[in-house]
Amino acid sequence: MKKPLLILIGLIGLGVFLDFATDAFIQLTLIYVLINMILAMSLNLVNGFTGQFSLGHAGFMAVGAYTSAYLSTLIPVWTGPAQVLYFAILATAGGLMSAFAGFLVGLPSLRLRGDYLAIVTLGFGEIIRVILLNTPAVGGARGMYGIQGPTDWEAGPLYVSKFFWGYTHAIFWVVVCFLVIWRTIRSNQGRAFLSVREDEIAAEAMGINTTQTKVRAFVLSSFFAGIAGAIFAHYSNYLNPASFAFTRSVDCVIMVVLGGMGSLSGSLMAATIITILPELLRPLQETTGVDLRMVIYSLSLILLMILRPQGLMGSRELKVSRLFTFFSRGRNAKTTP
Amino acid sequence: MQKRLLDVQSITMQFGGLKAVDSLSFFVNEGELNGLIGPNGAGKTTVFNMITGVYTPTSGQVIFDGQTSSGLKPYQISKMGMTRTFQNIRLFRDLSVLENVMIAGSKDITYSAVAPLLQTKEFLGQETQLRKRSMDLLAIFGLEKKANEQSTSLPYGEQRKLEIVRALATSPKLICLDEPAAGMNHNETHQLMETIAQIRKDFKLSVLLIEHDMKLVMGICERIFVLDHGTKIEEGAPSVIQNSKKVIEAYLGPEGIH
Repeated sequence: MKKPLLILIGLIGLGVFLDFATDAFIQLTLIYVLINMILAMSLNLVNGFTGQFSLGHAGFMAVGAYTSAYLSTLIPVWTGPAQVLYFAILATAGGLMSAFAGFLVGLPSLRLRGDYLAIVTLGFGEIIRVILLNTPAVGGARGMYGIQGPTDWEAGPLYVSKFFWGYTHAIFWVVVCFLVIWRTIRSNQGRAFLSVREDEIAAEAMGINTTQTKVRAFVLSSFFAGIAGAIFAHYSNYLNPASFAFTRSVDCVIMVVLGGMGSLSGSLMAATIITILPELLRPLQETTGVDLRMVIYSLSLILLMILRPQGLMGSRELKVSRLFTFFSRGRNAKTTP
Repeated sequence: MQKRLLDVQSITMQFGGLKAVDSLSFFVNEGELNGLIGPNGAGKTTVFNMITGVYTPTSGQVIFDGQTSSGLKPYQISKMGMTRTFQNIRLFRDLSVLENVMIAGSKDITYSAVAPLLQTKEFLGQETQLRKRSMDLLAIFGLEKKANEQSTSLPYGEQRKLEIVRALATSPKLICLDEPAAGMNHNETHQLMETIAQIRKDFKLSVLLIEHDMKLVMGICERIFVLDHGTKIEEGAPSVIQNSKKVIEAYLGPEGIH
């Protein structure tokens, strides 16, 4: 239990540095990177590890986002360091709501396979969006304004920006999400997930309840999607049903496929690339005057899929030790010829 | 009197207008090694699919270990103690040899879903236990050195063996082997025969075997059921089957006896 805690503390420490060294735009992008990491990892659990094709991740994200945002209108926000706890509690509520939605959708639909499941989950995502669009209590089509977000905090000489609190909240969930999925995969439950992906009939014959296994994967995945939604709601202070359209679900699938089905480190990498790439291409648009961003973005995706159809990492995980051997091998190759 | 472990009572499987299996009855006693043979398309694999729960019989019922098993899901039947291998190898392809076996051993795991998150002693202990037990099972077939290889990287014969190991890992009472010797050469088949006889003794198993290799079937089976066009045409000890006119007719056609 020590190692993950140290990593978390280290990453929060990094937040202090980022707070000083970067501007608001980079900070916002960074938060989006973290949100997308959670989305990609959680979807990978269903699409990559359990081998089911879900296309409704935005729907679960919306459930979590709106639940958490609505609750924040009922419960006054806490200030200071306690606000991280406040947002974490709201996010947990959002995640649980989303997990419940995942259970309701998963139970009947996970008997379906492949394309059929994709269509059902796609339909679910749209239903959620349309319901939100027609619910005046959460703003309907106008969206939900002025959602409580992290606030700056001053205590004597100490000044902590709202970014730091938002970052701490987000990075906490990234670490939790990674840890939960990573360790679950390496347990009895995780092996059941994998066996369902590999061969359902054989899995059943070996005593695995495949329907239950799929529902569990789906529930856990939607829980974290809801968490991601809650972080999104409170950091952007504004929610609109249009943010949870079909395209966001597709973005999630792209991240999973790009990073590698069944690779958490791949998901982390892909989430970073997918979020940053369009932003990096922005200056290009300013100099040329033509918006080529989406063209380049899509072309690079097509190229990557041609060159590496299994995704960046395949189903492997990035290991620091392997990275060292990779580089040292490269160095040896240069010196020996 | 010996206890009947598996009692199949006039099961029928109808696919639309086709009767794949027609009111078939047979039984397997505890500790027995029985064979199910018949020409191609006789319905042998359909019988396996019915008794292991992949299909629900259109009519009739299956009693396993004193309980009705027909109508239950395959995983429930597996937990009752009946397991199988597949004719067209169904390993968990992208997983390692060891993982394949460990998945099947999940019955022994009792830790909760939270245990792996906290890496509790219970979790670590049971995982070590399961790993050790899986390695021991692999060692029976000499696969322990290949435990970390991807299952599909094994040669064909060893993949078949791995399927048997995986089935054993569910701690079964009855193991149904669907053509375990398919694609093996003479030597390998002979070796397999001995291993099946050995594990049956060591694990006090009952075995039901589908096989085309007559030498294997006649060599180790105590009783044999012969299936043709979905009905049982003969039943008995190997010597009875070898001399049965009906069986020879089914395999070679009516002219075969002249």
